[in-house]
Amino acid sequence: MGQAVADPSPKVAGGDERLAQRSLARRLLSRPELGALLGAVVVFVFFSVVADAFLRAESFSTVLYAASTFGIMAVGVSLLMIGGEFDLSAGVMVTTSALVAALVSYQLTLNLWVGVAISFVVTLALGFLNGLLYVKTGLPSFIITLATFFMLAGANLGVTKAVTGNVASDSVRDMDGFSSARAVFASQLDIGGVSVNITVFWWLLLVAVATWILLRTRIGNWIFAVGGAPASARAVGVPVDRTKIGLFMGVAFCAWLSGMHLVFAFATVQSGEGVGNEFFYIICAVIGGCLLTGGYGSAVGAAIGAFIFGMTNKGIVYAEWNPDWFKFFLGAMLLLATVVNLVVRRRMEQSR
Amino acid sequence: MSERVPLVRLDGVGKNYGNIIALRDVSLEVHAGEVACVLGDNGAGKSTLIKIIAGLHRHDTGTYEVQGEPVVFESPRDALDRGIATVYQDLAVVPLMPVWRNFFLGSEKRKAWGMLDVDFMRRTTKAELLRMGIDLRDVDQPIGTLSGGERQCVAIARAVYFGAKVLILDEPTAALGVKQAGVVLRYIVQARERGLGVVFITHNPHHAYPVGDRFLILNRGRVLGYHTKDEITREDLTSLMAGGAELQQLAHELESTSRTVAEELTE
Ligand SMILES: Nc1ncnc2c1ncn2[C@@H]1O[C@H](COP(=O)(O)OP(=O)(O)OP(=O)(O)O)[C@@H](O)[C@H]1O
Ligand SMILES: [Mg+2]
Repeated sequence: MGQAVADPSPKVAGGDERLAQRSLARRLLSRPELGALLGAVVVFVFFSVVADAFLRAESFSTVLYAASTFGIMAVGVSLLMIGGEFDLSAGVMVTTSALVAALVSYQLTLNLWVGVAISFVVTLALGFLNGLLYVKTGLPSFIITLATFFMLAGANLGVTKAVTGNVASDSVRDMDGFSSARAVFASQLDIGGVSVNITVFWWLLLVAVATWILLRTRIGNWIFAVGGAPASARAVGVPVDRTKIGLFMGVAFCAWLSGMHLVFAFATVQSGEGVGNEFFYIICAVIGGCLLTGGYGSAVGAAIGAFIFGMTNKGIVYAEWNPDWFKFFLGAMLLLATVVNLVVRRRMEQSR
Repeated sequence: MSERVPLVRLDGVGKNYGNIIALRDVSLEVHAGEVACVLGDNGAGKSTLIKIIAGLHRHDTGTYEVQGEPVVFESPRDALDRGIATVYQDLAVVPLMPVWRNFFLGSEKRKAWGMLDVDFMRRTTKAELLRMGIDLRDVDQPIGTLSGGERQCVAIARAVYFGAKVLILDEPTAALGVKQAGVVLRYIVQARERGLGVVFITHNPHHAYPVGDRFLILNRGRVLGYHTKDEITREDLTSLMAGGAELQQLAHELESTSRTVAEELTE
């Protein structure tokens, strides 16, 4: 069945004798998330065994928080990847977004909500610019966003130093609107005695919305199509350019949400942060079954990828290992996940 | 007949790809209830011509009118909105996507809240393909797993389903078996009888002649002949298309080589 799309009601094909009853296993095998799900189970069992602290509820909440901070971005990045493009500027765009809100509010002594709104507009404009440059030049998005990555990374530092004389923004903790904005972007919620960061819920909401868009709306159809075969998509009337620009703006939206979390979780923003994170987002998406060439993948898969990421990140700490090993594990997992995905996809193609 | 406004009219249309002249000074009329056949060798410019009609490429010279109104299409969407649907030679499908999603791609059927009407689209795809004699196992399988002929039929069924006024078919019979080719030709006749204008591109004069009303023969981007059916016989069409003299010489050459091969074998 369609790997690009879930099939909640396969009853249509029911009566055909050539179609052997598809077993549950076969249906699972054809899901893009399968490799990631298996990986998640393995990683979970592994750290449960080697780290006693791992299974505690508070630890789990910490793991979820780590997963959410990357998972939010992985939602936008995975949709973009399904649409056939990369965004290397995603990591520093989070910092840019946070800096815009913090610097503008502080310098102009505005209510922080105004800064939040300005940051929203600026960040989405950056996403639009990435998309527009891609569409207008026809250059690979890899190159375009590599350029914007460096420009944003430089501007983050340059502007912050010029404005504050420092590499970090001034603290906005005592400004108007801080507590209400913090409640929205960076509060802790009490769930059955365990405190869970609100980003976890933002993350789950984004995954749900993205999944709905992908599988149940016209836009979702277009996303798979522009990633899978852009020329064909254009020929049958899909607005390829608008879809791609929209996807870059989707990444920007996620960057804005993540940026606002930074501002209201820490009150000051380090202008050098975010560099390198773009690869973590891409890793989450790839572990989650998104095809590097586009046209295939899921938001749920990327969420599982982010969950694996969170478990590994914190699991190593709970196991009291040197955290330097985290990147080694991440690389190994990426390799493993892509191989599993490859095998799964081959099996699936043969099973037809 | 000439009093009626044609659905599609090209006049002196030309198209360059960089410094390659793909089409030069081509004129064509497509009337409602008529089949216009475009014939020509490989690279003659047939696909280029229909890509202009379909809004995929813009013509460089000449005029393009739809129902008497000059148009310059920005994208295939504009052509589709005018009821011009196309089956491309490369089929324009997305291999990894399910058959039903491909069928409705770009023209999705929606319910409230922008939700896709998945049930309707699955059912329609299954039914429309069945009408073409393709009994698909599963409309949820990726279209890339279908056979070439099956994929062709999906592309045709899709264009027929969405082609409100003009249906363009780029070599739709090329990949098909005898039975399916017959089905496609019958489809073309049906579409004509329903009052659609059809542009039918083919290499095969034996497919073109029985269904066509007008014949445009292209050669290296130029018009070699443009005839209505009563002006031309099947034999003329065949020889015009293949360059009759060349074909006879080829027959000769083949005969002599096969003779030498036969002699070698008997030695
Ligand atoms: N995108 C393009 N860029 C450059 N040249 C092109 C392009 N598309 C077609 N051509 C050239 O234009 C000429 C006409 O091509 P076209 O595809 O229209 O031929 P055709 O009649 O459809 O041939 P066939 O029967 O093989 O499908 C060819 O010489 C081809 O090489
Ligand atoms: Mg062609």
